Amino acid sequence: MTEFFQQLVNGVTWGSVYALIALGYTMVYGILRLINFAHGDVYMLGAFFGYFTARFIGAAHDPNPLKALMVLLSAMVACGLVGVVIERFAYKPVRRSSRLSALITAIGVSLLLENGGILVFGADPKFFPQIITAREFTIAHGVTISNQQLIILAVSVALMFALRFIVTRTRVGKAMQAVSFNPTAASLMGISVDRIITFTFMLGSMLAAAAGVLVALQNPKIEPLMGIMPGLKAFVAAVLGGIGNVPGAVVGGLVMGIAEVLVVGYISPTYRDAIAFVLLIVILLVRPAGILGRHVAEKV
Amino acid sequence: MTSRTVLRIAPAAALLLAVLTAAGCGGSASQEELVVGEFGSLTGNDATFGTSTKNGVEIALQELQSRSAGKIGGLPVRVVVEDDQSKPEEAATVVQKLINQDRVITVLGEVASSRSLAGAPICQNAGVPMISPSSTNPRVTQVGDYIFRMCFLDQFQGTVMARFTAQTLNLKKVAILKDSKSDYSVGLAQFFTEAFTALGGSIITEQAYQSGDNDFRAQLTAIKAKRPDAIIVPGYYTEAGLIARQARELGLKQPLIGGDGWESEKLTEIGGEALNGCYYSNHWALDSPDPKLQAFLQSYRDKFKGDPDAIGGLAYDAANVLFGAIEKLAEQDPSAFKGLSSAHAGSSARSEAEKKLRDLIAATTNYAGATGTITLDQNRNASKPAVVIEIKDGKKVFNSTFNP
Repeated sequence: MTEFFQQLVNGVTWGSVYALIALGYTMVYGILRLINFAHGDVYMLGAFFGYFTARFIGAAHDPNPLKALMVLLSAMVACGLVGVVIERFAYKPVRRSSRLSALITAIGVSLLLENGGILVFGADPKFFPQIITAREFTIAHGVTISNQQLIILAVSVALMFALRFIVTRTRVGKAMQAVSFNPTAASLMGISVDRIITFTFMLGSMLAAAAGVLVALQNPKIEPLMGIMPGLKAFVAAVLGGIGNVPGAVVGGLVMGIAEVLVVGYISPTYRDAIAFVLLIVILLVRPAGILGRHVAEKV
Repeated sequence: MTSRTVLRIAPAAALLLAVLTAAGCGGSASQEELVVGEFGSLTGNDATFGTSTKNGVEIALQELQSRSAGKIGGLPVRVVVEDDQSKPEEAATVVQKLINQDRVITVLGEVASSRSLAGAPICQNAGVPMISPSSTNPRVTQVGDYIFRMCFLDQFQGTVMARFTAQTLNLKKVAILKDSKSDYSVGLAQFFTEAFTALGGSIITEQAYQSGDNDFRAQLTAIKAKRPDAIIVPGYYTEAGLIARQARELGLKQPLIGGDGWESEKLTEIGGEALNGCYYSNHWALDSPDPKLQAFLQSYRDKFKGDPDAIGGLAYDAANVLFGAIEKLAEQDPSAFKGLSSAHAGSSARSEAEKKLRDLIAATTNYAGATGTITLDQNRNASKPAVVIEIKDGKKVFNSTFNP
């Protein structure tokens, strides 16, 4: 039983990271109906920005919470800007073209970031400095949780609540909802659709950057292709929860994280990546709109 | 593009092309040389393996430079290095390139057995000798009679790890965490299991991961539930370092025991304090008084401002064994030696010379290298002692020697 609960703790930690990445997918999809395949690579950039900041401020030699917070925030700000740039130069020019063009552009941006990363950072892995001294706590009956896992959970939950607050309580969040509902009507009401879309990209990229830094905290190996698999899996998580649905992305992320850890722990590590796509197939067969998604009849 | 710009660009392009072709031809035809190929993981997951190998070969070249102006039998030696990005499929591609385009006389490489196994059949079919400095999986040299190695085999290494665990540390119940994608790791795990059960120990659980993974908590949690005395991690250094950290985070205090795949300066950088009290078997210990080793250590420190690892030492030995064999051929059979020159690439003289060179490498006996005395047996393997290294306060300290 101890083993099972321990696996659950591991799974929830991973799941909250998937949830953070999935939120970015889901928000962009909700507003633009675009699957931003470059999102996983923004997550990679987040880890690298964090790495360079940590090196620059010397967070490894003297780990303290303030420096860790600086690493996290600087990565989020840098990636927020990257998100804005990507939107402005890659997606905006094709916004009036067919959806397929936008999708292909997204794949192009993804390849650009991956190979650009190899060019700039090098292909061999870097190791994220330990900006927080690892410590473990025993919860009950030998089930342990490390302070890094706790930080991942706490930061993820805090960011999810912050996002919820922005989307439901602020003017810009209400504008986002309006654009998602009907962009033409929203623009007629005086909402600058362009600015809202830019804002959405910035928000999503910031969440991805946070996920990148959080993962690097406990799995310190970072490399330019590290975003591919988590990106794909977070996309599956977003679909699983119901793409376009914010709470759905969180639920989908958690289900994915737990499923993955249980498969590795009890069946075989070979199926670690396969389980994501098995879940995708099952959900598409059983409940195509996702766990929390509502089925919307297509108007013709 | 308008037709006028085409008219302006075309002559310039033609001129450029002519210059490039002329330069290309001039470079390869005018000078006769001995071209040696080397392939390794200069980038990717196991980047220090390739870098160490390259550095080791460079030291051997530097010595050749001071001994005979970098020439053997009057021909300058040039080493072409190719990066396989730590991927077996890339290894096959770059070995093809070395053989078909660079027309090398011998291939040096690789460290990881999976990648040596990808390159070996290509060398064997082309009749080009391949010397793997440090691949320990037995299947590597079984590919054919043109494939050699400078190190011990995993049967022996598995036995050493088993004897060390069961007899020196007196631990009888262990868990194995192996890399199911690596021939080296799977082989070493199997040889360890055979030797360890023969010594009365038992494997209480065997878990696996895939190279490139960075989260091992699920496997370690399953291992923790079985309460082993030690965890055997027969993989490479990147994963070993990460596994150590995550094991300590999950409250596993048992020693981790690995093989020569842990040998890298990055190991302790990745694993940090989590590796203290862990052990691994290796080809050498840097604090050994062996004069050949100490001489190599000195030149390495002068050139690269750091300490070599055993992978670099084995590459140095491999290059020296090869240079020795070529020198012997130049002395004993100057007419056959001519076939090795780049001018004879692809000719029948070349394949004759390759055959003779192969025989000379195979005849290597009592060569005193930096990693010990090398004598190749009829299966083209070296039989050498292994040492066990203990990690203490982030330092690699000699623990014990095991003789074959």
